[in-house]
Amino acid sequence: MTKIENVSNDNFSRRGFLRGMVATGSLVVAANIIPFGPMSEVIAEHHKGGLKNSAYLSISPDGTVNIFIHRVEMGQGSRTGLPMIIADELDADWERLNFVPAFGDKKFGDQNTDGSTSIRRFYDAFRRAGAGARMMLQEAAANSWNISVDQVGVENHRLINKATGASSDFSEFVEAASKLNAPSDDALKFKSRADWKYVGKPKKIIDMDGIVTGTADFGQDIKREGMLFAVATRPPVVGGKITSYDKAAAMAVSGVLDVVEMPVLEFPALFKPLGGVAVVATNTWAAKKGVEALNAQFDGGVNGGYDTTVYEKELWQSVKKGGTNHLNRGDVDKSISEAASTFEADYFVPHLAHAPMEPMSATAEWIDGKLNIWTSCQDPQSVQNTVAPFVQQKPEDIYVEAALLGGAFGRKSKPDFAVEAALLATHMKKPVKVVWMREDDIKHGYYHTITAQSVKAGLDENGRVTAWHHKTAYPSIGGTFDTASAGPGGFEMGLGLVDMPFEVENLRVEAGEAKQQVRIGWMRSVANIQQAFALGSFVDELAHNAGVNTVDYWMGLIGSDRKVNPADDGAQYGNYGQTLDDFPIDTARLKAVLAKVADMSDFKRERPKGRGVGISVHRSFVSYVASAVEIEVSDSGDVKVVDAWMAVDCGLAVNPDRVKAQMEGAVVFGLSLAMHGEITAQNGAIVQGNFDDYLVCRIDEVPNVEVAIMESDGPPGGVGEPGVPPVAPAFVNAIFAASGKRIRRLPLANQLNT
Amino acid sequence: MKFQVNDRAVEFDGDNEMPLLWYLRDIEGMTGTKFGCGAGLCGACTVHVDGIAVRSCQTPMEDVEGAKVKTIEGMADGDTLSALQQAWSDNDVPQCGYCQAGQIMQAAALLSENPNPNDQEIEEAMWGNICRCGTYQRIKNAIRQVAKEA
Repeated sequence: MTKIENVSNDNFSRRGFLRGMVATGSLVVAANIIPFGPMSEVIAEHHKGGLKNSAYLSISPDGTVNIFIHRVEMGQGSRTGLPMIIADELDADWERLNFVPAFGDKKFGDQNTDGSTSIRRFYDAFRRAGAGARMMLQEAAANSWNISVDQVGVENHRLINKATGASSDFSEFVEAASKLNAPSDDALKFKSRADWKYVGKPKKIIDMDGIVTGTADFGQDIKREGMLFAVATRPPVVGGKITSYDKAAAMAVSGVLDVVEMPVLEFPALFKPLGGVAVVATNTWAAKKGVEALNAQFDGGVNGGYDTTVYEKELWQSVKKGGTNHLNRGDVDKSISEAASTFEADYFVPHLAHAPMEPMSATAEWIDGKLNIWTSCQDPQSVQNTVAPFVQQKPEDIYVEAALLGGAFGRKSKPDFAVEAALLATHMKKPVKVVWMREDDIKHGYYHTITAQSVKAGLDENGRVTAWHHKTAYPSIGGTFDTASAGPGGFEMGLGLVDMPFEVENLRVEAGEAKQQVRIGWMRSVANIQQAFALGSFVDELAHNAGVNTVDYWMGLIGSDRKVNPADDGAQYGNYGQTLDDFPIDTARLKAVLAKVADMSDFKRERPKGRGVGISVHRSFVSYVASAVEIEVSDSGDVKVVDAWMAVDCGLAVNPDRVKAQMEGAVVFGLSLAMHGEITAQNGAIVQGNFDDYLVCRIDEVPNVEVAIMESDGPPGGVGEPGVPPVAPAFVNAIFAASGKRIRRLPLANQLNT
Repeated sequence: MKFQVNDRAVEFDGDNEMPLLWYLRDIEGMTGTKFGCGAGLCGACTVHVDGIAVRSCQTPMEDVEGAKVKTIEGMADGDTLSALQQAWSDNDVPQCGYCQAGQIMQAAALLSENPNPNDQEIEEAMWGNICRCGTYQRIKNAIRQVAKEA
C-alpha cells in the first residue's frame, strides 16, 4: 500500500499560487485578468507564521485552511473528496477552506491521477494531516488556557475550553501552534466515525459555481499575456514522417506567424510527441486554416500496414495457438476431456478512444529562464518528466500546474501535447497554447487495445462448470513503453482474469502473442473492459445453457464466502497496488452487490415480450460493482435502454453523491462502448475522426440509473473506474433476454438490424 | 462590423469566416464557451444569437453582424445565478463540467420557447449536446425542476 509515511513539517510550498476561493454559495467574479500566475510568492507571504504540518495542508494566521489538492479534477470528484477528509479531521468550517490546485512536486508523492487511486491511496495521509493540525491547535489552546489538552474541544473552526465553555477561533492559536512539534503518526488521535461531519455525507463539488457560470478554467481556457495559438498536423501513422508541406501557403494565411517542425518520433513511443508540423498564429482559427493550407504529406513507416480487419484475424490465430499461462489450477485439459458436455464462445472488443469532451491542450511560457506549463493533465509530475529532456531542463525546474480537465479517462495521463507546447514556446520565445482539434484527439490517441477471447467450459450433467479455460490475445499497453512487447502483460491479466473469483476446480488463463501497431494506452477500467465483458457474457450463456437464472448461476460459480488469492494458483497478481490484507478479493462482498442489484431490478420478474433485463458483476480497483440493464428491442431490431441499476461496494464512500455520479456516468460510458464504440485502422491510420463516426451515447439513448451504495466499514476503494466493467455484459445479456440473440462482438452497432 | 456580446457593444474587423467560437475564446478571452468538436456535433460551444441557440463553432462572424450574442458569462445576474444555473447546482449535474455551459445555453433556449417541456421534448432539444461523463439524467432533472417552477 502506497502511503506517504513522512510528511515533513516545513516542506510547504513556496511555489504554489493562491487562487481565488471557490467557496460554495458565493459566486466567483468573472476574471478578465490572467487567471493563472507563475511561481507566485504570494502564498509564502500570506503564510508567515502559519501552521504547516503536512505537504497537503497549511493554516494561515487568519485561520484560512489551505488545502493542497495534489490530485487533478477530471469529473471524478477528488478535488472535493480530498479536502473533505482534511476538513473533517480538523473540524474546519468549509467556507474557510482555500483550495490550491495541483502543481507538480515530488513532495506530494504520486500525483498520477488514474487507476482510481486518489482517495484510496491518500485517505490516510489527508486524515493524518487534518488530525495533526487539529491536535497542534488543541495543544496551543491548552497551553494558553492552562488546561489539559483533553479539555480542549474543537468545533467548526473554533477551539472550545470545556471547563469554561469559552471558545476561540482557530486564527487565535495558529501562530502558537506553528511553534509546536507536529505529533508523530502513532500519537495521532482520529475522530470517531460517529463524529464525522463531512466524510460520508454528500458534498457539492467545489467548482460548481465556476462551472455553471463559465468562469472555471479548464486547460483549454488558459490565458497568458501575449499568448499565441498553435494547431498541428501529425503523422497519421505512428512512427511516420512528414515528407512535404507548403510552408509559404500556410504563412500566407492572415494571422499565421510561423510554421514549426516537431521532432520525429523515435520508438518506444512513450509520451513523446508524434512529430509533424505546427502552425503558430494569433488565434486558433488562423492556426487551423494554416494547417489546412500546409497540404502536408506523410509516409507510413513501420506501422503503415496496420489494418484492424486483418489484425483481428491474426489475433484469433494467436488465441487458438495459445501462449503464456498466467494462471493454472487443477488440470483443465483432463477435466474438459472428461466433461459431460462443453460450452465454448468467442468474444471480440475493438479499439476504443477516450474522447474526453475537452480536446487536449497545453500552454507553455518561459518566465525569467524558467519554463511554466499549464495544462489539463492527469499527472503534473509526468509532464515535468516528459518535457524535461526536450528542453534540456531538470524535471523539478519546470513548473507544471494542472487546470481543470474537461474529462480525461486516461488519455491525459499521456502528455505528448504538453511537449508540443513547451517546444513551441521555446521556439517562439512567447507563451504558446497548443490546441488539439477533435480530429487530432480521435486520430492520435493512446487507444484501448483490441481483443480476441475464446472461452471454453467443461460442464457436469447439471451444466455446472468443472473447468474454465480462458484464452485471450491483445496488444499490451507495455508496447507503448517497450517495442519488444508481444502480448498482454501480467498487470493486464490481473484486471479481471487471474483474479476471477470462481470456485471451480480447474482453471486456466492463457494469453497469446500480439504486437502493437498503434499507441495503446489505458482507458477507464482498462483491460477490465474486455475481460469483464467476456466473463459476464459467458456466465450468462452458461446459465441459459443450464436452464438456471443468471444470478443463481453466478452465485454458484462464485461459491463459498472466502478471500481469493490468485497466488495460490501460481498467478502473479498486483491487486491494483494494494495488499490483499488491506483490500482482499472478498467473495461475500461480490455476491452482496449482485444480490442487491438483482433485488433492485426485480431481476427474476418475467418481462413482457421484447423486453429483457441483463445482469453482471465485477470487482476492479478493489471495489465491487453489479449492474443490471433493462432494454427493449423493437421488431426492426432497434434497442432502447429503459432502465439501469448499479450496486457498488467501494468501502468507505467519502462523498456519496460523487460515488453515485460516477456510477451513473459509468453506465453511460459502458453503454457508449457497448452500443457504438469502435476505432479501426487502415494503412496504419485511424479511420474515425469526430463524433459523427466515433459515436458516444446521447441523451435519448441512456436510461435513468438507480444507484445503491453498500454500507461498509472497509477502507475507501476505487470509484472512477469500477462502474464501467459490468455494464457492457449486462447490456448484451439484456439483449439476449429480450430477443434471444447473443452479441459476442462489440459494439452492438447494427447487428440486430440485419 | 458591430454587434453585442452580453449587452456590451463590440466591433470586429478580422476574418469574416472566423467562427464566433474562436472570436469569443481567443479574441475576447471569453472562455466560458467551450470548444468540443469544431463540427457542430457536440454542442459544447452553444451560445444564443438573437435568442436562438446556435453552435458558435459553425457560426461565421459575418452572421452575427448587428446581432445580440449571449454566452454563459451573461446568464447570471451579478452574483445571482439564473434559475437554470441554480437548478444545475441544486441537482449536482456536472462531473468534469466542460460541456455544461453548452448544455445550459441549449436548455435555456428550450425553456424560453417551451417553458414546460415533456421528457421527449427535452430529449429532442438536448440531443445535440454530448456529455461524455454521462450526466444526462441530472440534466433532465435540472430542466424539469425549472419547468416545474415556471
